[in-house]
Amino acid sequence: MQPFTYAPVADAAGAAARALAGAQFIAGGTDMLQLLQENVLQPGELADLNGLGLAGIGEEPDGALRLGALTRLQEAADHPLLRERCPVATEALAATASPMVRHMATLGGNLLQRTRCLYFRDVSTPCNKRQPGSGCSALEGENRHNAILGGSEHCIAVQPSDFPVALVALDAEVLLRGAEGAERWVPVESFHRLPGDTPEIETVMRPGDVILAIRIPSHAMRWRSHYVKVRDRASFAWALCSAAVALRLDGEGRVAEMRVAAGGVATKPWRLVRVEQELLGHRMDRDRVRLAAVWASEGAVARPGNAYKAPLLQHTVERALLEIGGLA
Amino acid sequence: MPDPSQHFSLTLRVNGAEHRVAVDARTTLLDALRDRLHLTGTKKGCALGQCGACTVLLDGRRVVSCLMLAVMAEGRLVTTIEGLAQGGELHPVQAAFVEHDAFQCGYCTPGQIMSAVGAIREGRAGSDDEIREQMSGNLCRCGAYANIVAAVRDAAAREG
Repeated sequence: MQPFTYAPVADAAGAAARALAGAQFIAGGTDMLQLLQENVLQPGELADLNGLGLAGIGEEPDGALRLGALTRLQEAADHPLLRERCPVATEALAATASPMVRHMATLGGNLLQRTRCLYFRDVSTPCNKRQPGSGCSALEGENRHNAILGGSEHCIAVQPSDFPVALVALDAEVLLRGAEGAERWVPVESFHRLPGDTPEIETVMRPGDVILAIRIPSHAMRWRSHYVKVRDRASFAWALCSAAVALRLDGEGRVAEMRVAAGGVATKPWRLVRVEQELLGHRMDRDRVRLAAVWASEGAVARPGNAYKAPLLQHTVERALLEIGGLA
Repeated sequence: MPDPSQHFSLTLRVNGAEHRVAVDARTTLLDALRDRLHLTGTKKGCALGQCGACTVLLDGRRVVSCLMLAVMAEGRLVTTIEGLAQGGELHPVQAAFVEHDAFQCGYCTPGQIMSAVGAIREGRAGSDDEIREQMSGNLCRCGAYANIVAAVRDAAAREG
């Protein structure tokens, strides 16, 4: 680890000032400490956000749920309202990392978790995300864990977090505070950026921005929802593939509203609009679900190491839909 | 707020005692415990949060001390494996590990025990499946898992 200076900050304005002066933020620290230990990041200064008072989950007057950015993953996973109304979120959180990490890591930090691409984490290899212009080692290398969707010739790194995938299914938004103090809401679906030719820029956050909260809208409280995570081990492993589904059936049992998203397979939490379109207005039965799930891998670009993810994605989405539809 | 600094003089509250230590900003809680306070029961395995050997309780909750800066632990209540036994008597989870032969080389054992203490306290050791899930952040390269589950189950039943 390279030397750095450290200081806590008292408020978002102070955090923004430190960031504009070159500091990196630290909150839960679970990803930051790994990045420091492996010299992936070598910040001159760390600004500690834990004094910002952004923890906790509350219901807003319109029925939306507001989740403070510094809420720990385990606290959110255990929250009664969230468990009751948004099971896809708490299932995703409970399937994240280990209990120790869940006690430390924050919801805001989870949105910003860096990729687990082997080459991003190994400073002895080229990586366009870590060192722009150096090349992508994963394209022709060990890419079993890399993306089949949303990649470019410059980067096929997966955004590895489970929780944002659930948030996309729940139509959630992120509250950002800009360096000048203005607050703005950004849909989680458009919070992360595709790598394109600038894979080092991962989100729409601007210098000095601070994540204040996440909001799950009131209409999502009417939905049933569910998360399915497929991994190499039964627990404490990254998603090879995951599916988040949220839906509302009308009085006749037809799909009235639906959002479906996938994780572990794409460079950002990946909404599956075509799968939704195949099911909207219809009753869910096994055949329709199976045929709809085939569309999950539409547009996939597979490589020798990760070609298995296209059928895995279809089957993971199918399983999530069958389970939520009571058809499993 | 203080200016950013590279060197800190901290008070760490560990196992009921206060310790004054001088640390670099980079020092992890794990390294402070082992190298400054000489509490070497907490083990260093991967230093990346993946093995659980460094598990301690922070304000009563399980954390991996390798992924926490010591400077960020100031004012928090830290419990290590050295803080479990009371008056020369093993903690029930320690006794259960001995009784069930829940280790071989012993390197992961302090982390396993701290994690089990946390899981039982959180009320998450109600079945073998739940114990396996809750202990999944603590790796045992000797493969003593079957006996670890038995020890945690037994300790949970006795404490419950």
